[in-house]
Amino acid sequence: MSPRPIRLRKISNPPVISGFKPYGNNKKSGKTESIFLHLEEYESLRLCDHEMLNHSQAAESMAVSRPTLTRIYSKARKKIAEALVTGKQIIIEGGKIYYDSEWLKCNTCSCFFNNPDKQKKIKECPLCGSNNLSN
Amino acid sequence: MKVAITSSGNTMESKLDQRFGRCSFFVIYDSETKGMEFIPNPNKDAQEGAGPASVQLVASRNVSKIISGEFGIKIKSLIDSLKIQMIALKDSDKSINEVIEMLNH
Repeated sequence: MSPRPIRLRKISNPPVISGFKPYGNNKKSGKTESIFLHLEEYESLRLCDHEMLNHSQAAESMAVSRPTLTRIYSKARKKIAEALVTGKQIIIEGGKIYYDSEWLKCNTCSCFFNNPDKQKKIKECPLCGSNNLSN
Repeated sequence: MKVAITSSGNTMESKLDQRFGRCSFFVIYDSETKGMEFIPNPNKDAQEGAGPASVQLVASRNVSKIISGEFGIKIKSLIDSLKIQMIALKDSDKSINEVIEMLNH
């Protein structure tokens, strides 16, 4: 039997940089190795340690279950710790993800719009001003 | 607050263009001064990359909302990261005049 397919993780914004490079290497061992930090792991770090959400809130925002989020998060911490300790460079790339922000529909003028600012809740339609909205 | 609207012509009676990247004109409407500006889209006949190039053009005018028929997958995340609000009016044959009237609700 084939395993249950991986659920796509929802990511709100792509990271502003694509990785980190170590500097001041004492050992002259030539090329630095790299670690691939997946985008979903980056997002879990952003939600848990930057936005200070708890795991269940972060899980909801990434459209996965709470245990899955915790697994992604611990993987992210493990990878970053390994990079810091062994002096590897971090490349933020890959992962089963899709980008999306919250989309709403106005029932009066039947337009769709998104919410770019996650701090604020949208109460009325930005186009016609009606408050008859649905998800 | 500035709003960008995709237009199929350069008059107030022109219809809202259903495509974002390859629309004919962008209307930049300023809701405070009520002024507007028609910008011909240089990416209208671009082979590829019309969407991201158009986003750059619109974003350089500091708009906070974009109204169009649809937004492609390439630019949704781009516009999202620029914190611009997207408003999609699917299958509507509203003119620029009507859209601006709705904005001034």
